[in-house]
Amino acid sequence: MAAQVPLVDYLVLGNEPHLVANECTECGARYFDHRNACASCSGTQFKKVDVATTGTLRTFTIVSFAAPGIPVPFVAGVIDCDGTSVRANVVNVTADPEHVKTGMKVRLTTFPIGSDEAGTEAVGFGFEPAA
Amino acid sequence: MAEDVWILGIHMTKFGKHPDKDVVDLASEAALNALADGGVKMKDMGVLAAGNLMGAAGGIGQQLQKQIGQTGIPVYNVANACATGATALRTVVMAVKAGEADMGLAVGVEKLAGAGLLAGGSRKQDAQTWTPTGRYGAVAAVDGRIGTETMPGVFAQIGVEYGHRYGGTTFELFARISEKNHAHSTLNPLAAYTKRMTLDEIMNDVMIAYPNTRPMCSANCDGAAAAVVVSDSKLKTLSLEQRRRAVKIAASVLTTDPWEEACQVLPNVNTLTRNAATRAYEAAGIGPEDLNLVELHDCFATAELVHYDNLMLCEEGGAVDFFQSGAPWRDGRTPVNVSGGLQSKGHPIAATGIANIWEVCHHLRGEAGDRQIPGAKVGLAHVIGLGSACGVHILEKAAA
Repeated sequence: MAAQVPLVDYLVLGNEPHLVANECTECGARYFDHRNACASCSGTQFKKVDVATTGTLRTFTIVSFAAPGIPVPFVAGVIDCDGTSVRANVVNVTADPEHVKTGMKVRLTTFPIGSDEAGTEAVGFGFEPAA
Repeated sequence: MAEDVWILGIHMTKFGKHPDKDVVDLASEAALNALADGGVKMKDMGVLAAGNLMGAAGGIGQQLQKQIGQTGIPVYNVANACATGATALRTVVMAVKAGEADMGLAVGVEKLAGAGLLAGGSRKQDAQTWTPTGRYGAVAAVDGRIGTETMPGVFAQIGVEYGHRYGGTTFELFARISEKNHAHSTLNPLAAYTKRMTLDEIMNDVMIAYPNTRPMCSANCDGAAAAVVVSDSKLKTLSLEQRRRAVKIAASVLTTDPWEEACQVLPNVNTLTRNAATRAYEAAGIGPEDLNLVELHDCFATAELVHYDNLMLCEEGGAVDFFQSGAPWRDGRTPVNVSGGLQSKGHPIAATGIANIWEVCHHLRGEAGDRQIPGAKVGLAHVIGLGSACGVHILEKAAA
C-alpha cells in the first residue's frame, strides 16, 4: 500500500481516522490551527484532544460556483461534533436541498484526493450521512 | 464627555461601471462634491481618512491629496474589509472628538466592476510533492475540499444556520428579501441596478451557493463616497443653511468578534453586530423602534435576515416573522435598504460604509426625492467586514 499523508495535520489516519484539536488547558477552547495563544483567554498551554467522529449538521450551503478546478456542486457545512464545531464537506450524498438537511446525523469518512510524484497519497476527510 | 460631531457634507457617486475613471477620479469626485455639499474647502480639513480595499497598499489618501489638495494634514489610509468606509468615517469622528481637528474628510472608493468571486476565486495547482504548509499543515488547497472560502457560500451558511436555530427559513424566503431590495432600487438613480425582479426571476437565476442565486449576491461595481465631519462648536460658527442640513452622528461604533465556540470555523457575524448595535443605541439614547430607516449590510440575501435580529429590529429569533410582516419594505414599520442595498445598489467595498450613511442623510435632510421616507428623523447604517469588523452609525436630523 502506498504511503499516505493527511490533507491537513489535524486529520489522523490509521485504523480509526479522526480529527484532533488543540485544546487550551486553561479554558478548554478548541482550535484546529497552529496556535500562538488562546483567542478566548490568551493562555499558552494546549493539549491534543480527539474530536468526536460523529455529529450533527448545523448548517450548509451547496456551492455551485467556485474556482476553476473545484468540482461543483458540492456541499460545504459545519458539523457539531459533540460540542466542537468542524468545517467540512458533506459527502456521499446527493447535493441538493432535498437530501441535505440541517440537523442530519453525519459521521467522519476519509478518501484519497490524489498522489504526488513519489506516489504518496494525500487523504482528505468529509462527513457522510450516518444512516 | 466629548462634544457632538456632525456630518456637514456628504456625497456618493453613481454606482456601476466607470471604465473611463480610475479610483483616484472616483475618490476625487466624491470628495470634491462632499466638500461642496458642506460649503467647505480642502484647506478647511484638519484630517483625512481614506480607504480602497483592493489597493490597500497604494496610499489612496495621498493619491487623492495630490489631485484635490496637498495641505499637509495627517492622512490615515484604512483597510478593514467591507467595513473600510465606516472605519474611515469613524477615524475622522475620533479625531474630531479628540479635539485634534474641528473638521475632517472621510473617503471610500473601489473599482470592482467585472470582478468575480473575491475570495476562493482561484485555486493553485496541487504541488508535485505533498508538503505540509501553513497553519493547518495542509498539503494541498483546502477550498472546496474542506468547506468553502467563497463569500456567497460562507454567508449562505450563516443564513441557513439561523434557520436551523429558529426555523422558518426557506429558499423562497431568502429570495423574497432580494425581491424587496431590487424593488427598492428602482427609485434610486445612483444604484448599479434599477431593475425590478420577480420572485421567479430571482429563484430561477444562476445558483451561486444555495440558497443564494446571483441576484441575491451583492453586485460588484465601481463607486466612491465621501463625508465631511465637523465638531459641534465649529458647526455653530457656520451658516444657518449649513446647520440646517447638518446631520448629527448620534453614535459611531466599531466592534470585532469576541471569541465564541465555532467562530474560527464559520465567521460569527451575529455577536459583533449585536454588540455594536447595543452600544450604538445606548450612545444615541434611542431604541430600534425609533428608527425611521435602516441601511444594513445585505451582502447576500441570507445576511440581511440575520441582521434584522442582530440589530434588534425584531425580537430574538423573530427575523422571519419580521420580514413576513412587511416591516422592512419601504412602506413598512422599519424600512430596510430603501437604497436597494448591496444586492441592487451595489457593493464597491470601501465606498459602502459611507454610501449607506449618505443614503440615511439624504432622507433625514428630506432630499431623497421619489424614495423619500416621509418625516424621517433618525436612521441607522450598518456594515460588516469578514475577519471581522462591524460598523454601526446612528444619524439624527438636525433640530434647527
